[in-house]
Amino acid sequence: MSGREPPEPELVVEIWRGRESGEFVPYRVARRENQTVLDVVSHVQRRIDPTLSYRFACRVGMCGSCAMTVNGIPRWTCRTRVDRVAGNGRVRIGPLRNMPVIRDLAVDMAPFFDKWQRATGRFVPSDADNRRTFARVPPGSRERQAADAGIECIGCGVCYAACDVVAWNSDYLGPAALNRVWTLVNDSRDGARREHLAAAAGDAGCHQCHSHQACMSYCPKGLNPTAAIAGLKRETVKSLLRGEL
Amino acid sequence: MTGRLEAWLYVAQRGSAFVLAPLVVVHLATMIYAIRGGLSAEEILSRTEDSAVWGSVYGLFVAAVAVHAPIGVRSIVREMTPWKGRSLDVAALLFCALIVVLGVRAVGALL
Amino acid sequence: MGGMKYAIASRNHPVYWAFVLHRASGLALAVFVPVHLYTLSLAVREAARFDAFLEWTENPLVKGGEALLVLLLAGHLAGGLRLLALEFLEWRDWQKSIVAITLGIAAACGLLFLMNAP
Ligand code: SF4
Ligand code: SF4
Ligand code: FES
Repeated sequence: MSGREPPEPELVVEIWRGRESGEFVPYRVARRENQTVLDVVSHVQRRIDPTLSYRFACRVGMCGSCAMTVNGIPRWTCRTRVDRVAGNGRVRIGPLRNMPVIRDLAVDMAPFFDKWQRATGRFVPSDADNRRTFARVPPGSRERQAADAGIECIGCGVCYAACDVVAWNSDYLGPAALNRVWTLVNDSRDGARREHLAAAAGDAGCHQCHSHQACMSYCPKGLNPTAAIAGLKRETVKSLLRGEL
Repeated sequence: MTGRLEAWLYVAQRGSAFVLAPLVVVHLATMIYAIRGGLSAEEILSRTEDSAVWGSVYGLFVAAVAVHAPIGVRSIVREMTPWKGRSLDVAALLFCALIVVLGVRAVGALL
Repeated sequence: MGGMKYAIASRNHPVYWAFVLHRASGLALAVFVPVHLYTLSLAVREAARFDAFLEWTENPLVKGGEALLVLLLAGHLAGGLRLLALEFLEWRDWQKSIVAITLGIAAACGLLFLMNAP
Protein backbone atom coordinates (compact mmCIF):
# COMPACT_ATOMS: atom_id res chain seq x y z
CA MET A 1 0.00 0.00 0.00
CA SER A 2 1.30 3.46 -0.85
CA GLY A 3 1.99 5.92 1.96
CA ARG A 4 -0.11 6.39 5.05
CA GLU A 5 -2.20 3.64 6.61
CA PRO A 6 -5.87 4.50 6.48
CA PRO A 7 -7.50 5.12 9.84
CA GLU A 8 -10.37 2.69 9.18
CA PRO A 9 -10.41 -0.82 10.62
CA GLU A 10 -8.46 -3.40 8.68
CA LEU A 11 -9.30 -6.78 7.37
CA VAL A 12 -6.82 -9.63 7.16
CA VAL A 13 -7.45 -11.63 4.00
CA GLU A 14 -5.59 -14.83 3.33
CA ILE A 15 -5.53 -15.59 -0.37
CA TRP A 16 -4.44 -18.82 -2.01
CA ARG A 17 -1.29 -18.35 -4.10
CA GLY A 18 -0.11 -21.18 -6.30
CA ARG A 19 -1.70 -24.10 -8.09
CA GLU A 20 -2.69 -27.44 -6.56
CA SER A 21 0.17 -26.79 -4.18
CA GLY A 22 0.80 -23.37 -2.81
CA GLU A 23 -0.03 -21.43 0.32
CA PHE A 24 -2.43 -18.92 1.82
CA VAL A 25 -0.77 -15.51 1.89
CA PRO A 26 -2.10 -12.86 4.29
CA TYR A 27 -2.83 -9.32 3.04
CA ARG A 28 -4.10 -6.33 4.96
CA VAL A 29 -6.92 -4.44 3.32
CA ALA A 30 -8.85 -1.44 4.58
CA ARG A 31 -12.35 -2.34 5.56
CA ARG A 32 -15.05 -0.29 3.84
CA GLU A 33 -18.77 -0.19 4.02
CA ASN A 34 -20.61 -2.40 1.52
CA GLN A 35 -17.34 -3.94 0.43
CA THR A 36 -17.71 -7.24 -1.42
CA VAL A 37 -15.26 -10.12 -1.37
CA LEU A 38 -14.53 -9.36 -5.03
CA ASP A 39 -13.68 -5.74 -4.07
CA VAL A 40 -11.14 -7.08 -1.62
CA VAL A 41 -9.54 -9.40 -4.16
CA SER A 42 -9.46 -6.60 -6.77
CA HIS A 43 -7.85 -4.26 -4.24
CA VAL A 44 -5.10 -6.78 -3.52
CA GLN A 45 -4.46 -7.30 -7.23
CA ARG A 46 -4.46 -3.58 -8.12
CA ARG A 47 -2.65 -2.14 -5.10
CA ILE A 48 -0.59 -4.87 -3.48
CA ASP A 49 0.34 -7.66 -5.89
CA PRO A 50 -0.51 -7.36 -9.59
CA THR A 51 0.45 -10.99 -10.21
CA LEU A 52 -2.65 -12.27 -8.37
CA SER A 53 -4.82 -14.23 -10.83
CA TYR A 54 -8.59 -14.29 -10.51
CA ARG A 55 -11.61 -13.97 -12.75
CA PHE A 56 -14.64 -11.73 -12.93
CA ALA A 57 -16.67 -9.91 -15.56
CA CYS A 58 -20.06 -8.44 -14.79
CA ARG A 59 -19.78 -7.59 -11.06
CA VAL A 60 -23.55 -7.78 -10.76
CA GLY A 61 -24.28 -11.48 -10.39
CA MET A 62 -25.05 -12.33 -13.98
CA CYS A 63 -22.01 -13.88 -15.63
CA GLY A 64 -21.09 -16.54 -13.09
CA SER A 65 -17.34 -16.09 -13.43
CA CYS A 66 -16.33 -14.80 -9.99
CA ALA A 67 -17.03 -17.78 -7.75
CA MET A 68 -14.40 -18.64 -5.13
CA THR A 69 -14.21 -20.49 -1.86
CA VAL A 70 -14.71 -18.03 0.97
CA ASN A 71 -14.02 -19.34 4.48
CA GLY A 72 -14.63 -22.88 3.23
CA ILE A 73 -17.89 -22.14 1.41
CA PRO A 74 -18.26 -21.62 -2.36
CA ARG A 75 -19.77 -18.21 -3.13
CA TRP A 76 -20.25 -15.68 -5.90
CA THR A 77 -17.82 -13.05 -4.67
CA CYS A 78 -19.26 -10.04 -6.49
CA ARG A 79 -22.49 -10.36 -4.52
CA THR A 80 -21.01 -11.52 -1.22
CA ARG A 81 -20.54 -8.74 1.30
CA VAL A 82 -17.50 -8.94 3.51
CA ASP A 83 -19.73 -8.16 6.52
CA ARG A 84 -21.56 -11.41 5.97
CA VAL A 85 -18.51 -13.64 5.98
CA ALA A 86 -15.89 -11.91 8.12
CA GLY A 87 -17.29 -12.20 11.61
CA ASN A 88 -13.88 -12.15 13.28
CA GLY A 89 -12.18 -9.83 10.81
CA ARG A 90 -10.51 -12.70 8.94
CA VAL A 91 -11.35 -14.00 5.51
CA ARG A 92 -9.72 -16.90 3.73
CA ILE A 93 -10.22 -16.97 -0.03
CA GLY A 94 -9.34 -19.95 -2.19
CA PRO A 95 -10.20 -21.26 -5.64
CA LEU A 96 -13.34 -23.38 -6.14
CA ARG A 97 -13.11 -27.00 -5.09
CA ASN A 98 -13.45 -29.90 -7.57
CA MET A 99 -11.88 -28.07 -10.53
CA PRO A 100 -8.21 -27.94 -11.54
CA VAL A 101 -6.51 -24.78 -10.29
CA ILE A 102 -4.93 -22.77 -13.11
CA ARG A 103 -3.36 -20.25 -10.80
CA ASP A 104 -4.29 -18.60 -7.51
CA LEU A 105 -8.06 -18.06 -7.58
CA ALA A 106 -8.67 -19.00 -11.22
CA VAL A 107 -9.84 -22.56 -11.89
CA ASP A 108 -10.22 -24.42 -15.15
CA MET A 109 -13.97 -24.68 -15.71
CA ALA A 110 -13.66 -26.80 -18.87
CA PRO A 111 -14.45 -30.10 -17.14
CA PHE A 112 -17.52 -28.47 -15.59
CA PHE A 113 -18.86 -27.27 -18.96
CA ASP A 114 -17.82 -30.45 -20.80
CA LYS A 115 -20.20 -32.27 -18.54
CA TRP A 116 -23.08 -30.05 -19.70
CA GLN A 117 -22.35 -31.36 -23.19
CA ARG A 118 -22.09 -34.95 -22.00
CA ALA A 119 -25.38 -34.54 -20.18
CA THR A 120 -26.96 -33.33 -23.48
CA GLY A 121 -27.64 -29.93 -21.96
CA ARG A 122 -28.59 -28.52 -25.36
CA PHE A 123 -32.06 -27.57 -26.50
CA VAL A 124 -33.18 -29.71 -29.44
CA PRO A 125 -36.20 -28.23 -31.23
CA SER A 126 -38.94 -30.79 -31.63
CA ASP A 127 -40.19 -29.41 -34.91
CA ALA A 128 -36.86 -29.89 -36.64
CA ASP A 129 -38.46 -30.34 -40.03
CA ASN A 130 -40.61 -27.29 -39.76
CA ARG A 131 -38.81 -24.62 -37.80
CA ARG A 132 -41.14 -21.89 -38.88
CA THR A 133 -43.91 -23.00 -36.55
CA PHE A 134 -44.21 -20.93 -33.44
CA ALA A 135 -44.56 -22.89 -30.20
CA ARG A 136 -47.30 -21.52 -28.01
CA VAL A 137 -46.47 -22.22 -24.37
CA PRO A 138 -48.52 -20.19 -21.89
CA PRO A 139 -46.03 -18.83 -19.33
CA GLY A 140 -48.40 -19.67 -16.49
CA SER A 141 -48.84 -23.31 -17.52
CA ARG A 142 -47.66 -26.02 -15.15
CA GLU A 143 -45.20 -27.47 -17.65
CA ARG A 144 -43.61 -24.10 -18.37
CA GLN A 145 -43.28 -23.35 -14.67
CA ALA A 146 -41.60 -26.72 -14.13
CA ALA A 147 -39.07 -25.86 -16.83
CA ASP A 148 -38.65 -22.29 -15.55
CA ALA A 149 -37.82 -23.49 -12.04
CA GLY A 150 -34.25 -24.26 -13.03
CA ILE A 151 -33.69 -21.88 -15.90
CA GLU A 152 -31.91 -19.02 -14.13
CA CYS A 153 -28.59 -20.88 -13.72
CA ILE A 154 -25.60 -18.63 -14.38
CA GLY A 155 -23.11 -21.48 -14.63
CA CYS A 156 -21.03 -20.27 -11.72
CA GLY A 157 -19.98 -23.74 -10.56
CA VAL A 158 -20.77 -23.06 -6.90
CA CYS A 159 -23.00 -26.14 -6.64
CA TYR A 160 -20.40 -28.26 -8.41
CA ALA A 161 -17.72 -27.12 -5.97
CA ALA A 162 -19.98 -27.91 -3.01
CA CYS A 163 -20.91 -31.43 -4.16
CA ASP A 164 -19.07 -34.29 -2.50
CA VAL A 165 -20.16 -36.80 -5.11
CA VAL A 166 -18.17 -34.79 -7.67
CA ALA A 167 -15.17 -34.99 -5.35
CA TRP A 168 -15.58 -38.77 -4.97
CA ASN A 169 -16.44 -39.61 -8.58
CA SER A 170 -14.71 -37.28 -11.00
CA ASP A 171 -17.01 -38.44 -13.82
CA TYR A 172 -20.20 -37.43 -12.00
CA LEU A 173 -22.06 -34.93 -14.16
CA GLY A 174 -22.86 -32.77 -11.16
CA PRO A 175 -25.80 -30.65 -10.05
CA ALA A 176 -25.63 -27.85 -12.63
CA ALA A 177 -25.52 -30.08 -15.72
CA LEU A 178 -28.27 -32.33 -14.38
CA ASN A 179 -30.37 -29.33 -13.42
CA ARG A 180 -30.00 -28.13 -17.01
CA VAL A 181 -31.12 -31.49 -18.41
CA TRP A 182 -34.15 -31.41 -16.14
CA THR A 183 -35.27 -28.04 -17.53
CA LEU A 184 -35.02 -29.54 -21.04
CA VAL A 185 -36.93 -32.67 -20.05
CA ASN A 186 -39.67 -30.35 -18.81
CA ASP A 187 -39.57 -28.13 -21.88
CA SER A 188 -42.47 -29.09 -24.11
CA ARG A 189 -40.67 -27.65 -27.15
CA ASP A 190 -37.70 -29.98 -26.75
CA GLY A 191 -37.68 -33.02 -28.99
CA ALA A 192 -34.95 -35.15 -27.43
CA ARG A 193 -36.51 -36.25 -24.18
CA ARG A 194 -35.32 -39.86 -24.51
CA GLU A 195 -31.74 -38.83 -25.24
CA HIS A 196 -31.76 -36.41 -22.31
CA LEU A 197 -33.01 -39.07 -19.93
CA ALA A 198 -30.52 -41.65 -21.21
CA ALA A 199 -27.65 -39.21 -20.71
CA ALA A 200 -28.88 -38.28 -17.24
CA ALA A 201 -29.08 -41.94 -16.20
CA GLY A 202 -25.51 -42.91 -17.09
CA ASP A 203 -22.92 -44.38 -14.77
CA ALA A 204 -22.05 -40.82 -13.79
CA GLY A 205 -25.61 -39.55 -13.74
CA CYS A 206 -28.51 -38.73 -11.47
CA HIS A 207 -28.58 -42.04 -9.58
CA GLN A 208 -25.23 -41.24 -8.01
CA CYS A 209 -26.65 -38.20 -6.20
CA HIS A 210 -27.18 -38.64 -2.46
CA SER A 211 -29.62 -35.76 -2.08
CA HIS A 212 -27.53 -34.10 0.57
CA GLN A 213 -28.54 -30.72 -0.79
CA ALA A 214 -25.20 -28.97 -0.64
CA CYS A 215 -25.94 -27.68 -4.15
CA MET A 216 -29.26 -26.10 -3.24
CA SER A 217 -27.91 -24.75 0.04
CA TYR A 218 -25.25 -22.68 -1.70
CA CYS A 219 -26.62 -21.93 -5.18
CA PRO A 220 -26.55 -18.12 -5.29
CA LYS A 221 -29.56 -18.05 -7.59
CA GLY A 222 -31.63 -20.04 -5.12
CA LEU A 223 -32.09 -22.92 -7.54
CA ASN A 224 -32.77 -26.42 -6.31
CA PRO A 225 -30.69 -28.96 -8.27
CA THR A 226 -31.50 -31.63 -5.65
CA ALA A 227 -35.17 -31.45 -6.60
CA ALA A 228 -34.28 -31.43 -10.30
CA ILE A 229 -32.15 -34.55 -9.85
CA ALA A 230 -34.93 -36.23 -7.85
CA GLY A 231 -37.20 -35.50 -10.81
CA LEU A 232 -34.69 -37.08 -13.17
CA LYS A 233 -34.50 -40.14 -10.93
CA ARG A 234 -38.27 -40.57 -11.16
CA GLU A 235 -38.49 -40.00 -14.90
CA THR A 236 -35.49 -42.20 -15.76
CA VAL A 237 -36.96 -45.02 -13.69
CA LYS A 238 -40.25 -44.66 -15.55
CA SER A 239 -38.53 -44.85 -18.90
CA LEU A 240 -36.35 -47.74 -17.69
CA LEU A 241 -39.46 -49.70 -16.75
CA ARG A 242 -40.98 -48.86 -20.12
CA GLY A 243 -37.83 -50.27 -21.73
CA GLU A 244 -36.86 -46.95 -23.30
CA LEU A 245 -33.60 -46.29 -21.51
CA MET B 1 -25.16 -50.33 -20.47
CA THR B 2 -23.56 -49.25 -17.21
CA GLY B 3 -26.17 -46.52 -17.09
CA ARG B 4 -28.89 -49.14 -17.17
CA LEU B 5 -27.13 -51.17 -14.49
CA GLU B 6 -26.95 -48.14 -12.21
CA ALA B 7 -30.60 -47.38 -12.88
CA TRP B 8 -31.64 -50.95 -12.07
CA LEU B 9 -29.56 -50.92 -8.90
CA TYR B 10 -31.31 -47.69 -7.96
CA VAL B 11 -34.71 -49.34 -8.51
CA ALA B 12 -33.65 -52.38 -6.46
CA GLN B 13 -32.27 -50.19 -3.68
CA ARG B 14 -35.34 -47.97 -3.36
CA GLY B 15 -37.73 -50.88 -4.01
CA SER B 16 -36.20 -52.95 -1.21
CA ALA B 17 -36.31 -49.85 0.99
CA PHE B 18 -40.08 -49.63 0.45
CA VAL B 19 -40.38 -53.29 1.51
CA LEU B 20 -38.04 -52.85 4.46
CA ALA B 21 -39.68 -49.78 5.95
CA PRO B 22 -42.79 -51.51 7.40
CA LEU B 23 -40.78 -54.65 8.27
CA VAL B 24 -38.27 -52.62 10.29
CA VAL B 25 -41.14 -50.95 12.15
CA VAL B 26 -42.49 -54.42 13.02
CA HIS B 27 -39.03 -55.61 13.98
CA LEU B 28 -38.37 -52.61 16.22
CA ALA B 29 -41.76 -52.99 17.89
CA THR B 30 -41.31 -56.75 18.48
CA MET B 31 -37.84 -56.18 19.81
CA ILE B 32 -38.90 -53.53 22.28
CA TYR B 33 -41.82 -55.74 23.33
CA ALA B 34 -39.86 -59.02 23.43
CA ILE B 35 -37.07 -57.93 25.72
CA ARG B 36 -39.48 -57.14 28.54
CA GLY B 37 -38.85 -59.71 31.25
CA GLY B 38 -35.75 -61.10 29.57
CA LEU B 39 -35.06 -63.05 26.43
CA SER B 40 -34.56 -66.80 26.07
CA ALA B 41 -34.25 -69.24 23.20
CA GLU B 42 -37.42 -70.95 24.35
CA GLU B 43 -39.33 -67.72 24.48
CA ILE B 44 -38.28 -66.68 20.97
CA LEU B 45 -39.15 -70.11 19.59
CA SER B 46 -42.55 -70.22 21.27
CA ARG B 47 -43.42 -67.09 19.33
CA THR B 48 -42.08 -68.11 15.96
CA GLU B 49 -42.31 -71.92 15.78
CA ASP B 50 -44.79 -73.19 13.20
CA SER B 51 -45.91 -69.67 12.48
CA ALA B 52 -46.40 -69.08 8.79
CA VAL B 53 -46.81 -65.37 9.46
CA TRP B 54 -43.49 -64.92 11.25
CA GLY B 55 -41.84 -67.27 8.78
CA SER B 56 -42.88 -65.19 5.81
CA VAL B 57 -42.24 -61.88 7.53
CA TYR B 58 -38.66 -62.84 8.37
CA GLY B 59 -38.18 -64.56 4.99
CA LEU B 60 -39.19 -61.38 3.20
CA PHE B 61 -37.05 -59.37 5.59
CA VAL B 62 -33.95 -61.44 4.79
CA ALA B 63 -34.58 -61.20 1.04
CA ALA B 64 -34.99 -57.43 1.17
CA VAL B 65 -31.88 -56.97 3.30
CA ALA B 66 -29.91 -59.18 0.93
CA VAL B 67 -30.80 -56.77 -1.88
CA HIS B 68 -30.54 -53.52 0.07
CA ALA B 69 -27.30 -53.91 2.03
CA PRO B 70 -24.88 -55.02 -0.75
CA ILE B 71 -25.99 -52.19 -3.05
CA GLY B 72 -25.44 -49.64 -0.30
CA VAL B 73 -22.05 -51.01 0.67
CA ARG B 74 -21.04 -51.12 -3.01
CA SER B 75 -21.79 -47.39 -3.35
CA ILE B 76 -19.79 -46.56 -0.24
CA VAL B 77 -16.81 -48.58 -1.45
CA ARG B 78 -16.98 -47.05 -4.93
CA GLU B 79 -16.98 -43.54 -3.56
CA MET B 80 -14.66 -43.76 -0.62
CA THR B 81 -12.04 -46.28 -1.75
CA PRO B 82 -10.25 -46.81 -5.06
CA TRP B 83 -11.97 -50.20 -5.49
CA LYS B 84 -14.43 -50.18 -8.45
CA GLY B 85 -15.44 -52.32 -11.37
CA ARG B 86 -16.28 -55.95 -11.97
CA SER B 87 -14.47 -57.40 -8.97
CA LEU B 88 -16.40 -55.10 -6.65
CA ASP B 89 -19.69 -56.11 -8.27
CA VAL B 90 -18.80 -59.78 -7.73
CA ALA B 91 -17.91 -59.07 -4.11
CA ALA B 92 -21.29 -57.37 -3.63
CA LEU B 93 -23.01 -60.43 -5.08
CA LEU B 94 -21.07 -62.66 -2.68
CA PHE B 95 -22.17 -60.46 0.22
CA CYS B 96 -25.76 -60.85 -0.99
CA ALA B 97 -25.31 -64.64 -1.09
CA LEU B 98 -23.85 -64.65 2.42
CA ILE B 99 -26.88 -62.84 3.79
CA VAL B 100 -29.24 -65.21 1.95
CA VAL B 101 -27.46 -68.33 3.27
CA LEU B 102 -27.21 -67.12 6.86
CA GLY B 103 -30.74 -65.76 6.67
CA VAL B 104 -32.27 -68.99 5.39
CA ARG B 105 -30.47 -70.88 8.15
CA ALA B 106 -31.70 -68.46 10.80
CA VAL B 107 -35.29 -68.38 9.61
CA GLY B 108 -35.22 -72.17 9.24
CA ALA B 109 -33.99 -72.49 12.81
CA LEU B 110 -36.76 -70.29 14.14
CA LEU B 111 -39.59 -72.26 12.54
CA MET C 1 4.17 -24.49 0.16
CA GLY C 2 1.82 -27.40 0.41
CA GLY C 3 -1.55 -28.82 -0.61
CA MET C 4 -4.63 -26.74 -0.03
CA LYS C 5 -5.73 -27.49 3.49
CA TYR C 6 -8.81 -25.85 4.83
CA ALA C 7 -12.02 -26.97 6.41
CA ILE C 8 -14.74 -27.76 3.91
CA ALA C 9 -17.25 -25.63 5.78
CA SER C 10 -19.86 -26.22 3.08
CA ARG C 11 -20.38 -29.67 4.62
CA ASN C 12 -21.60 -28.16 7.84
CA HIS C 13 -25.34 -28.10 7.21
CA PRO C 14 -28.07 -30.29 8.73
CA VAL C 15 -28.82 -32.35 5.65
CA TYR C 16 -25.14 -33.21 5.24
CA TRP C 17 -25.00 -34.50 8.80
CA ALA C 18 -28.14 -36.53 8.10
CA PHE C 19 -26.30 -38.04 5.12
CA VAL C 20 -23.25 -38.88 7.28
CA LEU C 21 -25.45 -40.59 9.88
CA HIS C 22 -27.33 -42.49 7.18
CA ARG C 23 -24.10 -43.74 5.66
CA ALA C 24 -22.45 -44.66 8.98
CA SER C 25 -25.55 -46.41 10.34
CA GLY C 26 -26.04 -48.29 7.06
CA LEU C 27 -22.48 -49.53 7.09
CA ALA C 28 -22.66 -50.57 10.75
CA LEU C 29 -25.93 -52.42 10.15
CA ALA C 30 -24.50 -54.19 7.09
CA VAL C 31 -21.64 -55.48 9.26
CA PHE C 32 -24.02 -56.47 12.05
CA VAL C 33 -26.60 -58.33 9.93
CA PRO C 34 -24.49 -61.45 9.18
CA VAL C 35 -23.42 -61.72 12.83
CA HIS C 36 -27.01 -61.33 13.96
CA LEU C 37 -28.32 -63.98 11.58
CA TYR C 38 -25.55 -66.38 12.58
CA THR C 39 -26.23 -66.10 16.32
CA LEU C 40 -29.97 -66.45 15.69
CA SER C 41 -29.52 -69.74 13.91
CA LEU C 42 -27.91 -71.03 17.09
CA ALA C 43 -31.29 -70.65 18.75
CA VAL C 44 -32.51 -74.11 17.87
CA ARG C 45 -29.40 -76.02 17.00
CA GLU C 46 -27.82 -75.28 20.34
CA ALA C 47 -30.30 -73.74 22.70
CA ALA C 48 -27.84 -73.94 25.59
CA ARG C 49 -25.17 -72.01 23.75
CA PHE C 50 -27.70 -69.44 22.64
CA ASP C 51 -28.87 -68.91 26.20
CA ALA C 52 -25.27 -68.57 27.30
CA PHE C 53 -24.89 -66.00 24.55
CA LEU C 54 -27.99 -64.19 25.76
CA GLU C 55 -26.52 -64.16 29.25
CA TRP C 56 -23.45 -62.48 27.86
CA THR C 57 -25.72 -59.82 26.43
CA GLU C 58 -26.83 -58.97 29.99
CA ASN C 59 -23.48 -57.24 30.37
CA PRO C 60 -24.21 -53.49 30.53
CA LEU C 61 -21.63 -52.77 27.87
CA VAL C 62 -23.26 -55.21 25.48
CA LYS C 63 -26.66 -53.79 26.42
CA GLY C 64 -25.35 -50.38 25.47
CA GLY C 65 -24.11 -51.77 22.16
CA GLU C 66 -27.51 -53.30 21.49
CA ALA C 67 -29.27 -50.05 22.28
CA LEU C 68 -26.89 -48.34 19.88
CA LEU C 69 -27.83 -50.81 17.15
CA VAL C 70 -31.52 -50.18 17.81
CA LEU C 71 -30.78 -46.48 17.56
CA LEU C 72 -28.88 -46.99 14.30
CA LEU C 73 -31.67 -49.11 12.84
CA ALA C 74 -34.31 -46.57 13.81
CA GLY C 75 -32.13 -43.75 12.53
CA HIS C 76 -31.44 -45.49 9.24
CA LEU C 77 -35.17 -46.17 8.85
CA ALA C 78 -36.16 -42.60 9.60
CA GLY C 79 -33.45 -41.19 7.33
CA GLY C 80 -34.45 -43.61 4.60
CA LEU C 81 -38.09 -42.57 4.80
CA ARG C 82 -36.92 -38.98 4.45
CA LEU C 83 -35.01 -39.87 1.28
CA LEU C 84 -37.94 -41.78 -0.18
CA ALA C 85 -40.21 -38.82 0.51
CA LEU C 86 -37.70 -36.44 -1.03
CA GLU C 87 -37.23 -38.50 -4.17
CA PHE C 88 -40.73 -39.77 -4.81
CA LEU C 89 -42.99 -36.97 -3.64
CA GLU C 90 -43.15 -33.51 -5.12
CA TRP C 91 -40.61 -31.19 -3.56
CA ARG C 92 -41.84 -29.41 -0.45
CA ASP C 93 -40.18 -26.82 1.63
CA TRP C 94 -40.52 -28.95 4.74
CA GLN C 95 -37.51 -30.99 3.67
CA LYS C 96 -35.28 -29.31 6.23
CA SER C 97 -37.56 -29.85 9.21
CA ILE C 98 -37.83 -33.53 8.34
CA VAL C 99 -34.22 -34.01 9.41
CA ALA C 100 -35.13 -32.94 12.93
CA ILE C 101 -38.22 -35.15 12.95
CA THR C 102 -36.24 -38.22 11.85
CA LEU C 103 -33.65 -37.66 14.58
CA GLY C 104 -36.47 -37.44 17.11
CA ILE C 105 -37.99 -40.73 15.97
CA ALA C 106 -34.64 -42.50 16.20
CA ALA C 107 -33.92 -41.15 19.67
CA ALA C 108 -37.37 -42.19 20.87
CA CYS C 109 -36.86 -45.78 19.69
CA GLY C 110 -33.50 -46.06 21.43
CA LEU C 111 -34.95 -44.72 24.68
CA LEU C 112 -37.92 -47.09 24.56
CA PHE C 113 -35.55 -50.01 24.09
CA LEU C 114 -33.41 -49.00 27.05
CA MET C 115 -36.43 -48.38 29.27
CA ASN C 116 -37.86 -51.79 28.48
CA ALA C 117 -34.61 -53.65 28.91
CA PRO C 118 -34.65 -55.65 32.16
S1 SF4 D 1 -27.82 -33.15 -3.69
FE1 SF4 D 1 -26.78 -34.41 -5.22
S2 SF4 D 1 -25.97 -32.99 -6.73
FE2 SF4 D 1 -26.53 -31.78 -4.91
S3 SF4 D 1 -24.65 -31.64 -3.74
FE3 SF4 D 1 -25.71 -33.46 -2.98
S4 SF4 D 1 -24.96 -35.19 -4.21
FE4 SF4 D 1 -24.34 -33.29 -5.24
S1 SF4 E 1 -27.22 -24.21 -10.34
FE1 SF4 E 1 -26.81 -22.39 -9.11
S2 SF4 E 1 -24.82 -22.82 -8.16
FE2 SF4 E 1 -25.04 -24.26 -9.84
S3 SF4 E 1 -24.01 -23.31 -11.58
FE3 SF4 E 1 -26.18 -22.76 -11.70
S4 SF4 E 1 -26.36 -20.82 -10.62
FE4 SF4 E 1 -24.38 -21.68 -10.06
S1 FES F 1 -18.67 -11.12 -11.68
FE1 FES F 1 -20.33 -11.84 -12.83
S2 FES F 1 -21.41 -13.06 -11.38
FE2 FES F 1 -19.83 -12.16 -10.16
